[in-house]
Amino acid sequence: MKIENVPMKGLSSEEYEKTLKIPWNPNLQYAWDNGIGIGKYLHALKEGKILASYCEKCNRIILPARAFCEMCWRPTDAYLPVQDTGIVNTFAICHVNWDASRLKPNEPRHIPAVIEIDGASPGQGILHLLGNVEPSKVKIGMKVKAVWKPAEERTGSITDILFFEPY
Amino acid sequence: MGFRKVAIVGAGITKFVRRAQETGPEMSYLASKTALDQAGLKLKDVEMITLGSAPDAFDGVHMKGEYLLSGAGGNNKPYIRNFVGGGTGVFAPIHGWMHVASGACDVCLVVCSEKMSSCHPHPQGAFLTIFDHTTEQPLKPTLIWIFALEMRRYMETYGLSKADIARVAVKNKNNALDHPSAQVAEAVTLDDVLNSEVLAEPVHRLDISPASDGAAAVVLASEEVAKRLTDKPVWIDGVGWNLDTAYWATKDLYYPRYVEKAARMAYEMAGITEPHKEIQVAEPYDPFDYKELHHMEGLLLCERGEAARLTAEGFTARTGNLPTCPSGGALGVGNPIAATGLMKVIEIFLQLREEAGKRQIPGKPRVGVAQAWGDLMQVGTVIVLRR
Repeated sequence: MKIENVPMKGLSSEEYEKTLKIPWNPNLQYAWDNGIGIGKYLHALKEGKILASYCEKCNRIILPARAFCEMCWRPTDAYLPVQDTGIVNTFAICHVNWDASRLKPNEPRHIPAVIEIDGASPGQGILHLLGNVEPSKVKIGMKVKAVWKPAEERTGSITDILFFEPY
Repeated sequence: MGFRKVAIVGAGITKFVRRAQETGPEMSYLASKTALDQAGLKLKDVEMITLGSAPDAFDGVHMKGEYLLSGAGGNNKPYIRNFVGGGTGVFAPIHGWMHVASGACDVCLVVCSEKMSSCHPHPQGAFLTIFDHTTEQPLKPTLIWIFALEMRRYMETYGLSKADIARVAVKNKNNALDHPSAQVAEAVTLDDVLNSEVLAEPVHRLDISPASDGAAAVVLASEEVAKRLTDKPVWIDGVGWNLDTAYWATKDLYYPRYVEKAARMAYEMAGITEPHKEIQVAEPYDPFDYKELHHMEGLLLCERGEAARLTAEGFTARTGNLPTCPSGGALGVGNPIAATGLMKVIEIFLQLREEAGKRQIPGKPRVGVAQAWGDLMQVGTVIVLRR
């Protein structure tokens, strides 16, 4: 058999509609352990703070807080809060949802960004969303500040920060 | 370093299609049988098998290696699956190389298979779970986010426009018109790419490779066996692989350091000191158009920030000084993830044997490099071939 002659058939939309399909809705639930480092990070979010770790060997203040430094491969030396402000390292204006479905024209666009957090070492970014800003106004290098959920609604999740907004 | 020489002596590939009628094992069989036929071997001649396939979540079959084993010829043989996301298609032949170079066997079949279309409504949904479950998944990320974030950072760092990036999609999709496996070969223009649907600014629909089904396979042989089988062996001269941290937001998103490290490892093994002069054909991984540019730089084929200009000047066209993705790449041929990387290895194999047909680059190339990339912006896998 030569490469040019290998059979393979892709189905057209009409053919595809006629195929047997077996939907499966697995009832899988995961109870994830947060671990030591991220557990502290989430607990701090509940208190309205962003928590970093310090590694004294490489002298880095790293995000998110973690129990060991992956560069030096040793336990981190301290946990310390950093600012809830930062600068936009990069961003996107997203018109699709996580499952590739399209946002409706009137729905607000998702604006994911990598935000370098003030007080951590240079380049220490986290993924979050931007809000309260016209998509066309977002710029790399823009200063942004966390908008927190009200204290009583926080659950110790990354979503305790609703989004970051320009300030 | 005491490694035995290893050659590629046969290759097989299916068409890359949307919603294949064939199952994963059936596709694996087609690619494997073609590769063995080309090598002039039977399955009984194969001593070991290494298989690559990306997330189980695409097929909804957990332990997919075992599921694909029958089609990949792995029944009752030493068989191992490996998986480093999009890097898998080059990692699998590296893994096969280990089997033969170490002396564990003389003939190894490498099979890469991917069926993405089983996942509904769209395989993008399966990518949610590659993000950290606690700090990122609650934000409902899509993989397109991180590509858009990386692409914008790359454009900002080097002052590039979207047209500078889109020229890669134009080149590769047009190159794919000559590839018999191609799923989405299109005679697209720069305007077509720039005016296609915006998914996540700055990423448009035609900046992205499609979800595909397909399979590819190669046969690896030791020096003695290879010389008996063919007068045109293509040698695996160097291999390299490298992984960076999953804390992807803390990295320099404009430069893939892990690809550079993998490339340096492979070049050192191949005795290549000036890759931009010594390599005559390259298949950098191009699931997104900017990634080809990223990877040309990571592979040290040009200076940082220069790849877009070289593309605009025709340097990377089939007739240019350094043809990149003469196959049509993931953007043009299609992107059944693990199979795509091996398709690239096969393209270099065919180019060095001067058997690439209409895609053949001029100048009787002797040295080529294929590369793949994957996981959470983490892994670089590189293979250097020489005739």
